[in-house]
Amino acid sequence: MGFPILSLMIALPLAAALACLFAGDKAARWLALAATTINLVLGILLWTRYEIGGPQWQFTENAALFGRFAWALGIDGIALLLIVLSVFLMPICILASWEAIEKRVPEYMAAFLLMETLMIGVFAAQDLFLFYIFFEAGLIPMYLIIGIWGGADRIYASYKFFLYTLLGSVLMLIAMLWMANEAGTTFIPALMAYDFPASAQTWLFLAFFASFAVKMPMWPVHTWLPDAHVQAPTAGSVILAGVLLKMGGYGFVRFSLPMFPIASAELMWLVMGLSMVAIVVTSLIALVQEDMKKLIAYSSVAHMAFVTIGLFAFNRQGIEGALMVMLGHGLVSGALFLCVGVIYDRMHSREISRYGGLANNMPKYALLFLLFTMASVGLPGTSNFVGEFLSLIGAYEISSWVAFVATTGVILGAAYMLYLYARIAYGSARTAEASAMADLTPRELLILVPIALATLWMGVYPESFLSPMRNDVGAVLARLAPAAPHSDAQVFVGKTATPAAPHSSLPSEAHH
Amino acid sequence: MSMTASLALTLPELILSIGGMLLLMVAAFGGDGLARAIGWGAVALFGAAAFSLTGPAGSGGPGFDGLYIADSFAAFAKLLVYIAAAVSVMIAPGFFARAGGYRAEYPILILFSAVGMGMMVSAGDLLTLYVGLELQSLSAYVLAGFLRRDTRSAEAALKYFVLGALASGILLYGISLLYGFTGTTLFAGISDSLARGIGTGQMFGLVFVLAGLAFKISAVPFHMWTPDVYEGAPTPVTAFFASAPKVAAMALLMRVTVEAMGSATDAWRQIVIFAALASTILGGVAAIGQSNFKRLLAYSSINNVGFALFGLAAGTAEGVAATLTYLAVYVAMTLGSFICALQMRDGEGQPIETIASLSGLSRRRPALAAGFAIFMFSLAGIPPLFGFWPKFLVFDALVRAGFWPLAMVGIATSVIGAFYYLKIVKTIYFDEPAADYAPQGSPLEAGLIALAALAVSPLGYLAIPLLDATSMAAARSLF
Repeated sequence: MGFPILSLMIALPLAAALACLFAGDKAARWLALAATTINLVLGILLWTRYEIGGPQWQFTENAALFGRFAWALGIDGIALLLIVLSVFLMPICILASWEAIEKRVPEYMAAFLLMETLMIGVFAAQDLFLFYIFFEAGLIPMYLIIGIWGGADRIYASYKFFLYTLLGSVLMLIAMLWMANEAGTTFIPALMAYDFPASAQTWLFLAFFASFAVKMPMWPVHTWLPDAHVQAPTAGSVILAGVLLKMGGYGFVRFSLPMFPIASAELMWLVMGLSMVAIVVTSLIALVQEDMKKLIAYSSVAHMAFVTIGLFAFNRQGIEGALMVMLGHGLVSGALFLCVGVIYDRMHSREISRYGGLANNMPKYALLFLLFTMASVGLPGTSNFVGEFLSLIGAYEISSWVAFVATTGVILGAAYMLYLYARIAYGSARTAEASAMADLTPRELLILVPIALATLWMGVYPESFLSPMRNDVGAVLARLAPAAPHSDAQVFVGKTATPAAPHSSLPSEAHH
Repeated sequence: MSMTASLALTLPELILSIGGMLLLMVAAFGGDGLARAIGWGAVALFGAAAFSLTGPAGSGGPGFDGLYIADSFAAFAKLLVYIAAAVSVMIAPGFFARAGGYRAEYPILILFSAVGMGMMVSAGDLLTLYVGLELQSLSAYVLAGFLRRDTRSAEAALKYFVLGALASGILLYGISLLYGFTGTTLFAGISDSLARGIGTGQMFGLVFVLAGLAFKISAVPFHMWTPDVYEGAPTPVTAFFASAPKVAAMALLMRVTVEAMGSATDAWRQIVIFAALASTILGGVAAIGQSNFKRLLAYSSINNVGFALFGLAAGTAEGVAATLTYLAVYVAMTLGSFICALQMRDGEGQPIETIASLSGLSRRRPALAAGFAIFMFSLAGIPPLFGFWPKFLVFDALVRAGFWPLAMVGIATSVIGAFYYLKIVKTIYFDEPAADYAPQGSPLEAGLIALAALAVSPLGYLAIPLLDATSMAAARSLF
């Protein structure tokens, strides 16, 4: 169908990446910025041309290039918005690294462009094995980004990141092989409609869970994340938090839920239990961090637990909320890492205790940082409020206990974020360098303001983001409906109400 | 079948042996001055032998009353062997020009070794198998000690010879047991006999034959010679050992298990599964502590043999096809890695082998560093590099045959292997530059590295339909 825009979006950064390798420092920077900006334009074009309420899969392409599997691309509303998020964050990442990266610039830009290719590939792939290849390939550039341009302890972090996620994914590969063999197809939409035997679903679910839970990351396999985040360069952290973590959530909503509905319902409590622990434990850990990046990294784990809670609530509010948290967290945590990067570039320290009183000498910075702090807390009017509120409603419908425990995460989130903000921006400067730091440069404003606007847009008018996904969430729900677990809420309307509709309809049936 | 028709089936071996003898005469009368020309002559012979596979030699079926089989399986393996052998000849002069001691016998020994390997993969009889194996091995022993003034090379040759002779003994003992209890040495006859039930005698014969062959493919627990021989032998010879004889021995193992013992799959499968798991685990764990790059590649080859064996463990045509594809990609990866290893020279041009010497290579020689990275990630089986694909196929074959728990364990062991490949990449890209490094080597070697890198790059995926078709046709000719 039509112009292969998805292939173009995948190929363009790849070509630019190869060109970067042969370019000088300056040329590589401009080349990377140009390629990512063009991809952003293409992404916006994709969004405007996407037909809401149209066919489930749009912009499809299919070429049986590889014998066993095909170059099959296509997106639904969920993939669309994640692709838009990726292409939106990429030029920002390039700009954020404009001055911070001084050594081996061409390789750095090439690695980021390669990363963009692979991220778009993951979300656009419609073939099981094509998805796996893109999913797994992302390890290579990220390993290099952390290992070459990372902080002091970068080598340990890069190994941990690589091996942790690799071990998770290889088990998923075996499950994929089994599925392709059983269903006789590798086409994801066909697999989403295939009913796998209930006994096999549990195993398949667990194998996929091993991969997505690590990627997500869920407690207790989250330990790679703080290391990777802290050691990665700023833009690396943005991409990790902004997009790579979303691959876990995307995996759940694309594979685990629609393909293994029975197992999802059976193992709901595993996911819910881990998520509840994650919210409380990682929030408490975040509260005592001395390192800004580590604090935000732990807050990511807590926020991602809202995603899993929403997804496994088996209702529309929950899943839509989870997707909104994914998008909102992509923006907000990315922005927070950028905020940390701004002051790190000036003082080369991530220790909270070295800063203070930044509101005095960096008013613009303090304002934007406050906005993102509030968004991370989930203040109404910002992106995260919509998502967290919806997923908590969804969770409440299925289990009031889950909602109760999860809501404490909102309170704890407010505690650690406000505490962080107070220590950095308020009071008086603790060190002389901190009081001498200059306010945001135009380049830094150019990076942060678009994210701020997007955050507010998502908070004030979430319909723009919910509407493309509505039918796709409906499709997932339709797959889940037969297996959906019962709610623990006993809802009665009025005083003389009959508990459920089927009973009340019986007498009226009798009259006919 | 007439003698001429039978001889036509062995055309590649005829070309190589007659050509090899002629070149030997040239070497005897022309002296070592002609060594390079003789090398190119050998490469041309390999080309001719490969071309002859398009005729009856590639698909003619059994000849010499079943002693020799020229099917598409043999043709697939021979093509790989010839490519690997030709590359090993091409990269030798550059190495020996620096190390000294290049003589005209080098390409000729490789030619004779390739004849032996051709006989191995085409064997339809235990004795053909043995003769081919010995021809290959004897040439290999000499090649291992080719740098005769170098004590490490001499030690490698001696070790290889002693342990190789032991393995041949074990193999021969197994052959004699099988002959004694089945009454024939023909694969087809053995298969018929085993189909009537396996007694203790046959079982012992089978175990001894497999043990002898496991030595040749250096599968755990018969791998002990590999690191020492790989480290001591001259690097081009190591490249040869890691590629061509591995392919031949794996192909031979597949033919013996499927054609001669196909009716007793359950009996040999457990042995293969054990060897596969032990090889992937030990090949991965033992490599972690290595500081010598050639030793590390030796463990890597043990590890890879383990994965290739998983395909055979499935016991199906898909599994054999997967193993063949594995070998094809493995040859590209391993030759590429060894040619990269040939570039490891210090500022004065002296060869160095420590991994530490690679520190910061990405700053001094970015192209070579990229080559190393591609081969290491590919050997680790990380997509989108093509090294992922054969691993995918062997595990697919296992899952299709119903062995998914084994596939789960097997693929988890690949993570152990990933660790040490990552270590190389880390040394090259993350560490600060160490000592001076020699400038660019010969354009021939650079071209070969580029070619191998291209083959294992994502472009390799476009070759899947072709690889699938040929490896499947080759595998079907066994079943």
